[in-house]
Amino acid sequence: MLLDIKNLSVSVEDKTILKDFSLSVDEGEIHAIMGPNGSGKSTLANVLAGNETYEIENGNIIFNQKNFLELNIEERSQEGLFLAFQYPIEIPGVSITPFLRSAINSKLKYKKEKEFDSLEFAKLIRSKAKELNIPNEMLSRSLNSGFSGGEKKRYEILQMSILKPKLAILDETDSGLDIDALKIVTDSVNRLKKEISSFIIITHYERLLDLITPDKVHIMKNGKIVESGTKSLARKIEESGYQSFE
Amino acid sequence: MKNTNDEAIAKFKNSSYKYGFITEIEEDKPEKGLNERTIVFISNKKKEPKWMLEWRLKAFERWKKMKEPKWANIDFPNIDYQNIYYYSSPKGLDEKPKSLDEVDPKLIETYNKLGIPLEEQKKLAGVAVDAVFDSVSVATTYKEELEKKGIIFCSISEAIKNHPDLIKKYLGSVIPVGDHFFSALNSAVFTDGSFVYIPENTICPMELSTYFRINSEETGQFERTLIIADKGSYVSYLEGCTAPKRDSNQLHAANVELIALDNAEIKYSTVQNWYPGDEKGKGGIYNFVTKRGLCKGVNSKISWTQVETGSAITWKYPSCILKGDNSIGEFYSVAITNNYQQADTGTKMIHTGKNTKSKIISKGISIGNSQNTYRGQVKFLGLASNSRNYTQCDSLLIGNKCGAHTVPNIESKNKTAVVEHEASTSKINEDQLFYCRQRGLSQEEAVSLIVNGFCKQVLQELPMEFAVEAQKLVSISLEGSVG
Repeated sequence: MLLDIKNLSVSVEDKTILKDFSLSVDEGEIHAIMGPNGSGKSTLANVLAGNETYEIENGNIIFNQKNFLELNIEERSQEGLFLAFQYPIEIPGVSITPFLRSAINSKLKYKKEKEFDSLEFAKLIRSKAKELNIPNEMLSRSLNSGFSGGEKKRYEILQMSILKPKLAILDETDSGLDIDALKIVTDSVNRLKKEISSFIIITHYERLLDLITPDKVHIMKNGKIVESGTKSLARKIEESGYQSFE
Repeated sequence: MKNTNDEAIAKFKNSSYKYGFITEIEEDKPEKGLNERTIVFISNKKKEPKWMLEWRLKAFERWKKMKEPKWANIDFPNIDYQNIYYYSSPKGLDEKPKSLDEVDPKLIETYNKLGIPLEEQKKLAGVAVDAVFDSVSVATTYKEELEKKGIIFCSISEAIKNHPDLIKKYLGSVIPVGDHFFSALNSAVFTDGSFVYIPENTICPMELSTYFRINSEETGQFERTLIIADKGSYVSYLEGCTAPKRDSNQLHAANVELIALDNAEIKYSTVQNWYPGDEKGKGGIYNFVTKRGLCKGVNSKISWTQVETGSAITWKYPSCILKGDNSIGEFYSVAITNNYQQADTGTKMIHTGKNTKSKIISKGISIGNSQNTYRGQVKFLGLASNSRNYTQCDSLLIGNKCGAHTVPNIESKNKTAVVEHEASTSKINEDQLFYCRQRGLSQEEAVSLIVNGFCKQVLQELPMEFAVEAQKLVSISLEGSVG
């Protein structure tokens, strides 16, 4: 078991958002989480990543046999968790190359492995960027500043494919992407899956699941999973919405 | 729930000032205090001609009638000018050593420790260094190579003896002796600093730089630097400064004058890292500096770049007088204040010639309990037709006990002048920190990255050899600002 969330309750400003939430993800599995707005999907993503604005009231998160609740944001990242943000943050004056090199080097340092020098890293990032159809000149622009929605999302996937996490959470990475960009992103996910990464994919759209086959689909409502199933569950939602799930 | 910012501020301790060591060396000092005897002592030590001593004494007469300027946004106890040593040199340095063999190895070791090797085999490639220790220049590298091109690079004390015509013509020509309290004080008691003359149509083939070190206790350092770029010449000059950690405050009051003649360009960069005091605000240098450049000739250009991370108090406004038609003045500044540091810094751009242009980019970063003020003046006189200024002032706050202030002043007597002014104040936000940390960076690394990004526009103006150092210095200055 890679991730085991048990009876997790989370609140922010005294409002409970996740209620007695449980989910387990095995190595190499892809889980899709669907649900109406406000059901707690993004909160789940943020809590897993260690965002400190949320209050953990109850429950456990075990990741790779470690008690995640005892680790801070960067330690969780170094343990192999990656969050592709729904709204990637702009950092003016910082281009992705040095940013991502610091990120991967801090991870390698944590694992006591050899760090990248700037030349090696430049080669790596260029080859990965090519796979994602990101032009080289974009690599020297400030992180997410003045990028289009689709560019930001592709940048998140670029970071994911370099950091090679054990578990990647994609928080509505598909929204705002046209079909070509979507294809590029899903190819990346499928490639990484072969290297034994697990995924939690938060989405509104079934179309994504035509390109990435999930092992499980969960319907989330009011802070908990109300139904789990296979891909056919997603189709049911596409046809009749969330009304029927209680 | 933990609040990252509060935690960030709370952990801000243990300043890691790397240059705080003291060199134990025998010193030559006059009695404490400032009077005519002190000035005669300095002038004698430097074996100056009589006209120089008279110049100093006149400045002293002016100074006695003047008062410290009080308009800056800084707060410090009264300075007792009679309780300072005005001169200190390592024993036996009455004559500047002809070669390094004559220099006390302790001094050479000091500069090695500071990362400024002076020995022939180790000296920095492509950078000529004048090393000033308290009140005297210890050594100047690459002097002979530069002389072959007619470039003069030496200490100001040597220039007074060897190039009196240039000194008489230009010293005090940009900063008049009686300009204000500190300029008069400096004119009376200045000890050492650098002198640069670039002859006509000469591009200086290497970076020139001066490294100022304060070592002696209770001693003021009164730097005087003069740079003249003759017609069609170019020079890039850089100064660095450090001092030991001491509990008492020390004064560094400099006068720096630049003169660019027709079609000449001077690029002047500063990496100021004087001891800033401890985390409670005890000790540190009072850095009261007057820097002014005169774009005297047509199409001349003077560009100031400064990275100000040290000093308990920084009070400086590197300025340009744009006298020659089509001349250009630039000011790029990063000022970081931490703990109880105070900085009141900025520039003056005085447009007097036609078609003159100026550009100001100021980045202020305040951390801890510090206060950081940008103060700037842009002035267009009646004859400065078709002139323009662009000003951008950005402030970044880390924590909620510090202050950032912007005091711009724009005056125009010419209707054709164009002024643009942009200003912003921001805080490092939680979302940016969360994003960076999610990628595996520690909070400290994240803050350093964000701040370096914020300063990038200025840091990239530094000569390449120093840009990396400056980035590191920025990161070090932030140390402890996060948890």
